[in-house]
Amino acid sequence: MNFGLLGFGIEGWGDEMLRGAVMTLLVSMAAYGLGILLGILGTFLKLSRFFICRLLADIYTTIVRGIPELLIIYLVFFGGGIMLARINALVFGGSGFINLPVFVTGMTCIGFSSGAYSAEVIRGAVLAVPKGQIEAAKAIGMTPFTIFKRVLGPQTARLALPGMGNVWQLTLKHTSLISVIGLVEIMRQSAVASGSTREPFTFYAIGGLLYLGITSISNRGFSRAEKWAAKGVRSE
Amino acid sequence: MKFDVMKESFPQLIGGVPETLLLVIFSLCIGFILAVIFAQLRLSKNRFWSWFAGSYIYIFRSTPLLVQIYLIYYGSGQFRIFLQELGLWTFFREAWFCAIMALSLNTGAYTAEIIRGGIQSVSWGEIEAGKAIGMKPLTLFRRIIFPVAIRQALPGYGNEIILIVKSSSLASTITILEITGIAKKIIAATYAPIEVFIIAGSLYLVMNFIVTRIIEFTEHKLNPQFYR
Repeated sequence: MNFGLLGFGIEGWGDEMLRGAVMTLLVSMAAYGLGILLGILGTFLKLSRFFICRLLADIYTTIVRGIPELLIIYLVFFGGGIMLARINALVFGGSGFINLPVFVTGMTCIGFSSGAYSAEVIRGAVLAVPKGQIEAAKAIGMTPFTIFKRVLGPQTARLALPGMGNVWQLTLKHTSLISVIGLVEIMRQSAVASGSTREPFTFYAIGGLLYLGITSISNRGFSRAEKWAAKGVRSE
Repeated sequence: MKFDVMKESFPQLIGGVPETLLLVIFSLCIGFILAVIFAQLRLSKNRFWSWFAGSYIYIFRSTPLLVQIYLIYYGSGQFRIFLQELGLWTFFREAWFCAIMALSLNTGAYTAEIIRGGIQSVSWGEIEAGKAIGMKPLTLFRRIIFPVAIRQALPGYGNEIILIVKSSSLASTITILEITGIAKKIIAATYAPIEVFIIAGSLYLVMNFIVTRIIEFTEHKLNPQFYR
């Protein structure tokens, strides 16, 4: 093993790998954010009074949680590209395949998968808030919005935190799949580096360590957040 | 919709089902054995073994499966001469071997945690009762701890099986032609991603549906007292 390869100059791959890690973080956070939005929407639909809403949400979570993310990425990347090419041919008379922006495509795919898992977590948290509290809130005349702001929202957030920590880990690990459509994050960068240095083990191991570092740090962050959120909870 | 593409690609994609199933079944079996061993080590009183098992579980759970697959398949190339001397290169050259190894090690780590949770849920009284009537440690494990633990762990293990069915698609990144690999090939040839996706996706959904049913059935079988 040649440690000079890990330097930060023109010779070394250290800076490239770090840039890959930043890209992984960015795309993970974007996907996670999208996932939370979809998760909240999914929860509203799942707990809705209307059958059709519940059905829609169930179809969404079942399909996304039952089909490999890799397949979804291929569908959106190639499917979207072909659709754009057709529109291009029809409207502007152009020809050829159009490459979708990989960041947005990858973020959307992983975000959708993250959203399905988030929906289950958030729904569980909403249902874990004791019914009596909501009835009490209604009884003293709170509007639905106030109930959400003062009673349901804060407790749901606290109860959902551990599960959402798991979803974050899952999302982070799933972003490695975006490398197959060419986003230069940790995995892609490791592949490029190992191709040009012929030291694949070294670079994939470093890639692995970078993921390990990110998960360890974020794990600590989540357990801190859990402690902070549990401050006001009475424990025996 | 190109229905002719759908009609043509259907048998091709079905042809990928055995590959996917073999990957899943092999890695689940090997992974389960690993998991039982590592769960025991994790709970052992020996500091070193507990730390060793803990590190294995932590590392494999905190890194993406794709890293693990690439590390084994491409990474082993860096030690080719060494592996050739040991006579192991014939294994590491095979994508199949590498995919199953990565999947087994991965599911082994997740399952070890699931089993550990199950074992820890066995109540002290039951273990003490077993000891009191003179059961040997192995008998105690086989008759008391394991059956109780497995019931507790079964729902979690069902989710893990579904994750492995999904994860087996990553084998397509190292040239294995299972369902996803074949789907990608057909998409590249026909430019009909939606049609192919519908079929490939349904195949995965059907497989996962069957898995869920089997798990539910087993749960009923193992806990007859709850479903009378």
